[in-house]
Amino acid sequence: MQTKFLGYRRENGRVGVRNHVIILPLDDLSNSASEAVANNVKGTMALPHPYGRLQFGEDLDLYFRTLIGTGANPNIAAVVVIGIEPAWTKVVVDGIAKTGKPVAGFAIEQNGDFNTICAASRKAKEFMHQASEIQRTECDVSELWVSTKCGESDTTSGIATNPTVGKTYDKLYEMGATILFGETTELTGGEHLVLERCVNDEVRQKFQFFFDRYAKVVDDHKTSDLSDSQPTKGNIEGGLTTIEEKALGNIQKIGRKAPIVGCLEKAEAPAGPGLWFMDSSSAAGEMVTLCAAAGFVVHLFPTGQGNIIGNPILPVIKLCSNPRTLRTMNEHFDVDVSGLLTRDINLDQAGDILLDMTVRTANGRLTSAEVLGHREYIITRLYESA
Amino acid sequence: MAIDFLVHEAADGVGVVVVEGLKSGQEITGWVMKEDQTIKEKILNDIPIGHKLALKDFGVGDTVFKYNTDIGKVVAPIKKGEHVHVHNLKTKRW
Repeated sequence: MQTKFLGYRRENGRVGVRNHVIILPLDDLSNSASEAVANNVKGTMALPHPYGRLQFGEDLDLYFRTLIGTGANPNIAAVVVIGIEPAWTKVVVDGIAKTGKPVAGFAIEQNGDFNTICAASRKAKEFMHQASEIQRTECDVSELWVSTKCGESDTTSGIATNPTVGKTYDKLYEMGATILFGETTELTGGEHLVLERCVNDEVRQKFQFFFDRYAKVVDDHKTSDLSDSQPTKGNIEGGLTTIEEKALGNIQKIGRKAPIVGCLEKAEAPAGPGLWFMDSSSAAGEMVTLCAAAGFVVHLFPTGQGNIIGNPILPVIKLCSNPRTLRTMNEHFDVDVSGLLTRDINLDQAGDILLDMTVRTANGRLTSAEVLGHREYIITRLYESA
Repeated sequence: MAIDFLVHEAADGVGVVVVEGLKSGQEITGWVMKEDQTIKEKILNDIPIGHKLALKDFGVGDTVFKYNTDIGKVVAPIKKGEHVHVHNLKTKRW
């Protein structure tokens, strides 16, 4: 199996697989200017989103962690930050600057959109020229950070597609990579299996803390038994009946070999290689965005009924084994493991196929989600703004 | 032999249909993955791809096992070969 690939080694030593220059709005008000800059300077990409005003406390901490983590991600070569005012803009710029990569901030108040767009476009053009001359160099698979989340799962996810990710995770673990899973509520019914995999009591207690904290959110806000939301209507159409059944399929993604070495807050970066759990929503856009903000550079996304999620900076590899889904919406998939259902391939072979696609994607192959323009950038909020 | 449904483990009470168009009354072939056994079952409903069939009779209040783990409680009687889904199986959580 191939253990080397060509990646982008960043100023802080981390390895990326894409070379984006992004225009990052601090807040909802700055989306328009950011999109104008991205239109002026070809090859750059704006990441519009609806938040950033009057957030406070833990929600504000998570918000800054998400924006800074996005800019700091090694798939990013350089960042232009645009905000309505300079103070919070500077918080994001300074956070990203710790990686050593080029970053500049622009504020709209006392300039207006026109002057801001003009100044930010000049800087974005400079960054784009710099980024276009960065060469890929040989990197080791052990330097890859790979995350996973499944979506619009069905029973074929638990039988074939998620165990394929599990097999690939076993292989990546043995190669020394950094790997991550999450989806806190979607472990309900299988949380005892996650606890058994934790490397020690400290990690076990932290997982239990995150699990109980999320369960309380559900308890505090639910108006029914959640069967109208979790499983989703797509899950139910695909044959999944209860959250327990869905969770037991979900957990197949962590494979059999890697112990869970630590548990992370939302958008928190891991401190070393191995398998990590990150507290997170089970909604695809939110979870994948948190993975990108935590520094992950390739994402494995198994689906049954056909979740079509992508992310602007994190390549999302889509795999499926349901023959109806593969037939009716084939353009969304990168890996077909339907041969597992017909016994034409075994799980070890499926794991190798996905590992090969992971390395090809790291080398630069665009995923279906990238080619189709799926750029869902969805920021997790904890509660209302002030 | 072509496989119509899969079962995670021999201890499970349900299997999963993995082909399209199965009709009530058909005898279908299943593969028990963990124990690598082939089994036959006559289905009593049309069962769509991805949906479950019962491998034994269940009464109200019984627990259904899949992955040899509890996936919920039976809320309407289920006969061997019938479709198992939200109309007769519910979560024990939330």
